[in-house]
Amino acid sequence: MTISNASAVAINAQGLYYKELNEKIRAALAAGAATVRVHSVNGQRYIGTGLSGNASLIVEGTAGNDLGAYMNGLTVTVYGNGQDGIANTMNAGTIVIHGSTGDTLGYAMRDGEVYVEGSVGFRVGIHMKEYQEKVPVLVIGGKAGSFFGEYMAGGILILLGLSGREGHPIVGDFCGTGMHGGVMYIRGNVEEHQLGKEVKVVELDEQDREVLGKYVGRYVGHFGGDAGEILDAPFVKLIPFNKRPYGNLYVGV
Amino acid sequence: MLLREGQIRIPSGCAISGIMNRDGEVFSGHDIIRSIALMHDRSNGLGGGFAAYGIYPDYPEHYALHMFFEDDQSREATEVFFNNHFDIEVGGKIPTRKTVKITNAPLIWRYFVLPKENKLVESGLGADEYMARCVMRINSEYPGAFVASSGKNMGAFKGVGYPEEIGEFYKLDTYKGYLWTAHGRFPTNTPGWWGGAHPFTLLDWSIVHNGEISSYDANRRYLEMFGYRCSLQTDTEAITYAFDLLLRKHGLPLHVAVTALAAPFWSALARMDDQQKALVKAVRTVYSSLLINGPFSIILGSRKGFVALNDRLKLRSLVAAEKGAFIYVASEESAIREVCAAPDKVWSVGGGEPVIGLLKGVDQL
Repeated sequence: MTISNASAVAINAQGLYYKELNEKIRAALAAGAATVRVHSVNGQRYIGTGLSGNASLIVEGTAGNDLGAYMNGLTVTVYGNGQDGIANTMNAGTIVIHGSTGDTLGYAMRDGEVYVEGSVGFRVGIHMKEYQEKVPVLVIGGKAGSFFGEYMAGGILILLGLSGREGHPIVGDFCGTGMHGGVMYIRGNVEEHQLGKEVKVVELDEQDREVLGKYVGRYVGHFGGDAGEILDAPFVKLIPFNKRPYGNLYVGV
Repeated sequence: MLLREGQIRIPSGCAISGIMNRDGEVFSGHDIIRSIALMHDRSNGLGGGFAAYGIYPDYPEHYALHMFFEDDQSREATEVFFNNHFDIEVGGKIPTRKTVKITNAPLIWRYFVLPKENKLVESGLGADEYMARCVMRINSEYPGAFVASSGKNMGAFKGVGYPEEIGEFYKLDTYKGYLWTAHGRFPTNTPGWWGGAHPFTLLDWSIVHNGEISSYDANRRYLEMFGYRCSLQTDTEAITYAFDLLLRKHGLPLHVAVTALAAPFWSALARMDDQQKALVKAVRTVYSSLLINGPFSIILGSRKGFVALNDRLKLRSLVAAEKGAFIYVASEESAIREVCAAPDKVWSVGGGEPVIGLLKGVDQL
């Protein structure tokens, strides 16, 4: 660990086991660092997991599974791709990924914001939830795989389709299967057959436009681009038919 | 006594990795060990293994039998069978390194063989089928003997331990191949024993698998009708035989085999054009018992290349990448970047979507 000044700390993660790396990050934060920069990361798990506070954590390389899980604050910026389980059950904070991510991003997320410049894997935003003022937000610049927002119970998913694998639709099949809360905004069009039985497509109103404007603005703030141009395209809004789609599953009829 | 598959249940994930040079240029086992070692925490030390292709250029036409024996008695009994059925070009111990971590290794031997000409003629079988049946017999009828691999110019190196320890134990840094696959095991349901480590192989086929197959018994019963004996009571063994049946015995193209094992949903089928619909429907109907249910990511290796595949519901992670003639697949992107820092292309692989790496000039596995 090298301390370049009182509040900024740099850590070389090359060859470090995740446990050691996370101990160093925690030690630096406990010593009062405002910014911790971790470079040469390759697959180390649990970076930022369970951490609280207002510090900034910069990750250079391929961030391992469960980055920012149970995180309570912090701003994490990843220069590279992320793997699976990012922002798992995250409580608060912001994660900005200058790259793409793997599966189950934002799983059961409870609050905070995640911005992904590129595409995401499968089962992203599943079982996100919200309570009163705690509303988690995922903004994805590229495309998403199947089971996007499965069992979603709250929060906001925004999918822009600005980049991603050629020849693949903006979102995979089974989008919103079992959804019973929250809202998704998908830029462009989504084929009917890609939607789960529990979601319906509705028109955007003024308030939706405001929400989209706010978060697309932040996306552009992180990665660049023209917010006006992005927002100028048609969007699809998806909401659940029912808050309790399985309420009658085991009830005799 | 060591409890084997079916006698004990250990509830519990896994890691897989594959590296191939499509020009057929050979490289040492160093990179595949580093790749699988990066995912150390996906295994628990109860199994690790590698399949390597192109490693025996001195005996390219001989079947390389990699054997585990519990003791000299089982080796001698099995060698009687070998002498009756094969012409053995050369046989001996597979070189291993003494390491602290790998203990309780069986006797590990290797034989380069050809079917005995008169026996082969008598059997009326092709050489591959003759060999496959011999493998089935040894695994099911010779207690204490187990065929780890039986293909040409390839071999499986596996055992109980973490994969990087197994790689060191077998001196894989001293072999050179054009295709390497690897597995780190976190046994689900079944115990860790040397024969139960991945890859599971038959002839040139090898499978490394992360997942659990809930259709195992349906698949096994169907395979048994074609003479396969699932003597190891593991799901992965059944996948190996399913590919052998579809690709070698039934001569189906790879995409048809993939359609049978990870069939599209009926809802997806309804949206296909008439010709494709008819084909997929026929495959689903004929091979309904080979449909693999449950979460899986697998790499099927062969002498001609590999295919990596996820279950159709996409319940396991799988990442692929390309760099020049090299193609990579792994459970985690970092396992690829460990050996290829800047790939030309990286992507998350979809459910039921095969990633195919073939040697130059080859169009089928």
